[in-house]
Amino acid sequence: MSTPILNVENLTVTFPARGARAPVVDAISLSVAQGEVLALVGESGCGKSMTALAILRLIAKPGRIEPESRIVFEDRDVLGLKVTQMRALRGAGIAMIFQEPMASLNPVQTVGDQVIEALRLHERVGRAAARDRAAAIFERVGIPDPRGRLDAYPHQLSGGLKQRVMIAMMLVVQPRLLIADEPTTALDVTVQAQILALLRELQDELDMSILLITHDFGVVNELSDRVAVMYGGRIAEEGTRAEVLGAPRHPYTQGLLRSIPSLAHRGGELEEITGTVPSLGTWPAGCRFATRCPKVFEPCNEQVPQTVGVSETHNAACHDVARNQPS
Amino acid sequence: MSAGPQPLLKVEGLKTWFPVRSGVLQRVDRWVRAVDGVDLEIPQGQTLALVGESGCGKTTVGRSILRLEHARAGRVLYKDTDLLALSHAAMRPFRQAMQIVFQDPTSSLDPRMTVRDAIAEGLRSFNIGTNAAERTERVAELMTMVRLDPDHMWRYPHEFSGGQKQRICIARALAVEPKLLICDESVSALDVSIQAQILNLLRELQTKLGLTYLFITHDLGVVGHIADRVAVMYLGQIVETGDVTEIFQAPKHPYTKALLGSVPRLELDRRGLLAAAPGDPPDPANPPAGCRFHTRCLEVFAPCAATAPALIEADGRLCRCHLYDSAINREVGP
Repeated sequence: MSTPILNVENLTVTFPARGARAPVVDAISLSVAQGEVLALVGESGCGKSMTALAILRLIAKPGRIEPESRIVFEDRDVLGLKVTQMRALRGAGIAMIFQEPMASLNPVQTVGDQVIEALRLHERVGRAAARDRAAAIFERVGIPDPRGRLDAYPHQLSGGLKQRVMIAMMLVVQPRLLIADEPTTALDVTVQAQILALLRELQDELDMSILLITHDFGVVNELSDRVAVMYGGRIAEEGTRAEVLGAPRHPYTQGLLRSIPSLAHRGGELEEITGTVPSLGTWPAGCRFATRCPKVFEPCNEQVPQTVGVSETHNAACHDVARNQPS
Repeated sequence: MSAGPQPLLKVEGLKTWFPVRSGVLQRVDRWVRAVDGVDLEIPQGQTLALVGESGCGKTTVGRSILRLEHARAGRVLYKDTDLLALSHAAMRPFRQAMQIVFQDPTSSLDPRMTVRDAIAEGLRSFNIGTNAAERTERVAELMTMVRLDPDHMWRYPHEFSGGQKQRICIARALAVEPKLLICDESVSALDVSIQAQILNLLRELQTKLGLTYLFITHDLGVVGHIADRVAVMYLGQIVETGDVTEIFQAPKHPYTKALLGSVPRLELDRRGLLAAAPGDPPDPANPPAGCRFHTRCLEVFAPCAATAPALIEADGRLCRCHLYDSAINREVGP
């Protein structure tokens, strides 16, 4: 693996809950290599979006990134940057696209002006030249009639086109790392397929690194090189796409993959993960999945499981994996 | 359609249009043809999935069947009774026979009503059970049936998780012993582990109570799992309908092909193969002439832009596409 462009160590994000500060993201570590797509996957409330926001230092109060956390992007200590340095890093260094493009676009400004604004914020170009560049980028991301669409307002565009505009804005600044938070979740499936194909193409072309946040294992399979599965603010399992999707070791990953209804598999019982995710501040003391785990045994309720290496690239935080692993 | 058991519900030529008004006088200036000539048939005890993307009219079909929307034409036959021809009073017993479960359980439950009262509301309204104690007992039974703890019946909806709230909605729908249950994206808002629980529950209830389901969804994985038959909708019309296994294995209509080809799969060696329909679905207020899908179709040929295809029989299923119409002389192939 080449040198990581992003290195997160011991990241902890807390929110006040039940009179104390509860960790929504609990001492997680991950890294993204140059040109790599890492998928951070999990169900609602697992902390995946909070992790993404923390990397850009966009956690709003009363949330807080705890001091022991370390985020290094291209040898720079992100948490130590001044506000102005941070602003420069967002966009050109690390860009983010969200699930709901409408919420990220200004409804009273044409999409062309918004792209031009982003362009002129990052480099010195005249208005006319910027407009040409914007049109070229619109064409690149597959917006039909790119010149005409520069003058459209966001509400005049479909969901798929709005997401293309967001991708265009991201392309303007050519970030080294793209954080894509559920980029296709709000889209219809035929449009989702178009956007996934576009993201893959651009990633290839620009050798961009992507941190992909999603709950959809199909999307994970489609885009990622490596996968980290989150549960209850911690990383349960991490490995290459083939390892995590093909030979999952953590009972949570195994359960999740088996509970997905698929086109091929008809009828019969779907495997369930019993119970529900405990709410914030009521996590079990040991493994957070212990209350729902089919393989639970003595240490699970009391001791936080350590990360066990299954292969050089594959590891899982699970007592059951640990006891079955030849050391 | 194939002759199976007697259909419990049959929809014929259903049209539901919504007016678009404009100007000071609020004159109707055009119509959104949300549902534009839909035929469906659900045999007793089976599950029909109605699938399509947002805005295709699938939800309006469900609501029109229940007369929550006013259909402008067509027939909705429950056994032999045309529901659209009934007076409000005559419709009442059919409201007991047909129930619906919506996508978002939080907005379908009154936050100020205890779960007991929410589930018992239908019982009271249809005079099931003679007194409150009897109805409470029935609520406890229903909660056990959907695997909720009956001791929690005096709690309020906010004390339950999303999956549990959806169980409450299912219990409430089943309280009046319906024959047909319409599930409108009932598992779409749930996390996958919870979705599996609800899908299993729905299957179990179907077997136990002999229910017939109309499952409205955009999720093809869910369709593959739960449905016997599927009807694919595009811009207000059914484009292909038949047995789920057959259609999923060998889709005929180019839109069905695009839909199935767009779903990201879990198979490791199958990636980068997504085949989608280009572009976006057109505005339903202004559908394209000819075949409504021709603007996005990869197999479009001469007659598509001019002539609207009919729903024709092709290998035991129905398909709305000129490719399978032997009467159309294909000069330009795909």
